[in-house]
Amino acid sequence: MTVLENNSRDHSLSGGPAIDFAPSGASRFTSIVFRAREFGIFGILVVFVLITTAIKPRFLAAQNIKFILIDTTIFALLALGETMVVISKNVDLSIGSILGISAFVSSNLYQQFHHISILLVFTTGIGIGLVFGLINGVLVAFGRVPSLVVTLASLYIIRGIDVLYVGGQQVVASSLPSNFLSVTSSSLGPVPIISIVVAIVIFVGSYYLKNYRSGRDLYAIGSSDLAAGLVGIPIAKRVFTSFALSGMIAGLAGVIWASYYGTVDSTAGTGYEFTVVTAVVVGGVAIFGGSGSAVGAAIGALLLNTINSSLYVLGVSAFWDQAISGLLLILAIALDRGLGLYVAKSLRKRSSRVAS
Amino acid sequence: MSNQFDPVISLRGAKKYFGAVHALEDGQIELFSGEAHALVGENGAGKSTLVKIFAGLHRPDSGTLTVDGKVVHFDSPRAAIESGIAVIYQEPTLFPDLTVAENIFMERQPQRSFKRIDFRRMNREAREIFSRLEVVLDPTRLALGLSIAEQQIVEIAKALSLDARVIVMDEPTAALSSVEVDRLFRVSETLKASGVAILFISHRLDEVFALCERVTVMRDGRFVTSSLTNETDENSLVRAMVGRDLEKRTDQLRQFDQRALLEVEHLTLEGLFVDISFTVAAGEIVALSGLVGAGRSEVATAIFGIRRYDHGRVSVDGKELRRGSPSAAMTSGIGLVPEDRRLQGLVMEQSISRNISMGSLKSLKKNGVIRAFTETRFAADWSVKLQIKYGNLGNSVSTLSGGNQQKVVLAKWMARSPKILIVDEPTRGIDIGTKAEVHRLILELARSGVAVLVISSELPEVLNLADRILVMREGRLVAEFTHDDASEEAIIGAATLSSEVSAS
Ligand SMILES: Nc1ncnc2c1ncn2[C@@H]1O[C@H](COP(=O)(O)OP(=O)(O)OP(=O)(O)O)[C@@H](O)[C@H]1O
Ligand SMILES: [Mg+2]
Repeated sequence: MTVLENNSRDHSLSGGPAIDFAPSGASRFTSIVFRAREFGIFGILVVFVLITTAIKPRFLAAQNIKFILIDTTIFALLALGETMVVISKNVDLSIGSILGISAFVSSNLYQQFHHISILLVFTTGIGIGLVFGLINGVLVAFGRVPSLVVTLASLYIIRGIDVLYVGGQQVVASSLPSNFLSVTSSSLGPVPIISIVVAIVIFVGSYYLKNYRSGRDLYAIGSSDLAAGLVGIPIAKRVFTSFALSGMIAGLAGVIWASYYGTVDSTAGTGYEFTVVTAVVVGGVAIFGGSGSAVGAAIGALLLNTINSSLYVLGVSAFWDQAISGLLLILAIALDRGLGLYVAKSLRKRSSRVAS
Repeated sequence: MSNQFDPVISLRGAKKYFGAVHALEDGQIELFSGEAHALVGENGAGKSTLVKIFAGLHRPDSGTLTVDGKVVHFDSPRAAIESGIAVIYQEPTLFPDLTVAENIFMERQPQRSFKRIDFRRMNREAREIFSRLEVVLDPTRLALGLSIAEQQIVEIAKALSLDARVIVMDEPTAALSSVEVDRLFRVSETLKASGVAILFISHRLDEVFALCERVTVMRDGRFVTSSLTNETDENSLVRAMVGRDLEKRTDQLRQFDQRALLEVEHLTLEGLFVDISFTVAAGEIVALSGLVGAGRSEVATAIFGIRRYDHGRVSVDGKELRRGSPSAAMTSGIGLVPEDRRLQGLVMEQSISRNISMGSLKSLKKNGVIRAFTETRFAADWSVKLQIKYGNLGNSVSTLSGGNQQKVVLAKWMARSPKILIVDEPTRGIDIGTKAEVHRLILELARSGVAVLVISSELPEVLNLADRILVMREGRLVAEFTHDDASEEAIIGAATLSSEVSAS
């Protein structure tokens, strides 16, 4: 026997050396790196705000901040529902259409019944969203049709119903009672009350997803549905629920939308689904499921809306807005990939330091 | 020492058909509290199918399943878990995006106030299980990137955490090295002592005799025989499994020239391995041995170009190989049978014949086209050579049993007629009869002038095949043995550096 190298370090553990598979501290390091993701988005946000304000100081006027925040509120709320769906490796493209139909039907109630309670209006909007969410959920979870197909179809079908039902009608702000309009107009300084409420909802939702079994189930399903089945996760039930919730949230967002814009026709919310999916991905939710948070998605929404607004204030064409959104999307995905590789490599280096 | 008269769980007359494939014709087994019961049989005998019936994953077409004497029907894995049955599946199935601890406790996470998950307690409990298993694995790291052995350990921890009355282990040791197997066995003994019934599947009969009180043999989906292990021996088991005696072969009369075909010099990849140098001559079989995690597979993948090494060089026939390029490696005649067949070796949803012929399409081409007939013929030839058991060559690889999938990977690479073949755990999960066959094929390849690098955790395999044995520990090459002066003790000693051996 030729011993090429004699390492005198003694592993005297009962029955053989313990195998150190992973260095401690590695996970903390990983989580710091992934935190960096959220800081990164924040960084871009700050840069945009600073540049825009330097050129056009009115960008930071209370009124403009309020605009940005309300828009963000609607998108961030939608992103909460979308996050739940995307985490479990699905996608919901019908939210823009649901928002549209909910916005019209709920606010139109005021034109039919003048003294209807605001609670009933909200319930109607949420209820409409729930119905469509349930249909999506049944088809995806129990019918096993891919969610992309189901919700793409419902995107068109719901919009079709909306157009047929609304026709050339319009809800106008003057027909809406002041208590309904004040849902989005009352504010605390430059911060709309509704934004605070929605922010709390998003934090609670995000906390739920991270800290409750049924929330973790969604991450698990998105990570590996095969493994999820083996440990007995009720996959269909969870996926179904995520679509139902996403629908409900889109319905709620529709009522808020109506309160904010006041004028509602059959085009409300057109194309929102793509902005929301972009926000979700830019905010760090993996498009193939398994990771990300609703708070991250909300920050993504804030970023997109801020960019949108700053380009508007700067007088840059709307085309650039879309181009930048696309760029951010690619950047986000590239960043995820790059970070993943970087983390893997760092973990390796650390483990070598421990081993030698 | 069966201390209870009635079985905890039993299955009788179980049938399970997948279309035309009769996976199980007559499955039968009884598990007793405090006993380990081995289930053995060739690849495709129906062992995993039987396991999946216990697990509530498959519903048998007919047959009776009883728990504590009462007839039960499991309609989901959850139902089985609730009856106290934990299963370690043949293929580890983890959640890559979740932490190791979450993987262990999914659906059963410890909770604190308001039913929130108590992550701290969960991590602590995971750590406790790992210390019972005597491994150090950080419970808070993601499962992404764990090696197969590590994944297997997480699966084992998961089963332990269930406090189950019945633990089913479908080839848990296939990916583990002997040291880890010993640990698993020590834990299993404690489990037995506390009254747990174990169902243990393995192709290594020495393990069966070391751990189990009872053994059941299956062949072609049917129950063949069941006996106490101290009333039977390896030969009669093998005879029952394959229906004939196995001829023993020990031919080491091979000549190989001294010219090195594969040269590896000072190969270093930070964090994985350091300063690895060795050569393999045409016709020579060199084994790379060591504990799981010693860096053997990493060296193999670096040579093949899947990983980029930091320093050093690899040359084939004197010509330096471009690093980090699998296609350059393949062009220069290197073939790699990877460790993780699911991820790297197979396209699971493609047909069996396509998977076999995939690497050889060029040679199958005639006037620029490949006839389906030629492809099927080619695949059929190799299936016969490796005794692959399948329903139809057009079926997807995912329907094959674990061992048969491994054979498909082997066939794919052997069919390419490489100059240098690197095989990582070539017989993992392969039954005894075919194992001998695979060894014969590897020896034959070597005899025809192929340079072979074998990575194997199975020492008898290493000792049987290799002309030279290199031992790695913690990313370094620490010892070299020739075929004649190698022994199991010496290799284990070098791999673990246990004090008495390193002193000698
Ligand atoms: N889902 C399926 N569809 C079609 N055939 C299947 C399926 N699952 C298993 N089979 C077939 O059933 C037979 C038994 O497979 P099984 O996995 O039970 O074998 P095994 O005894 O576990 O073998 P191994 O030792 O290789 O793991 C095999 O021929 C396999 O191809
Ligand atoms: Mg099997």
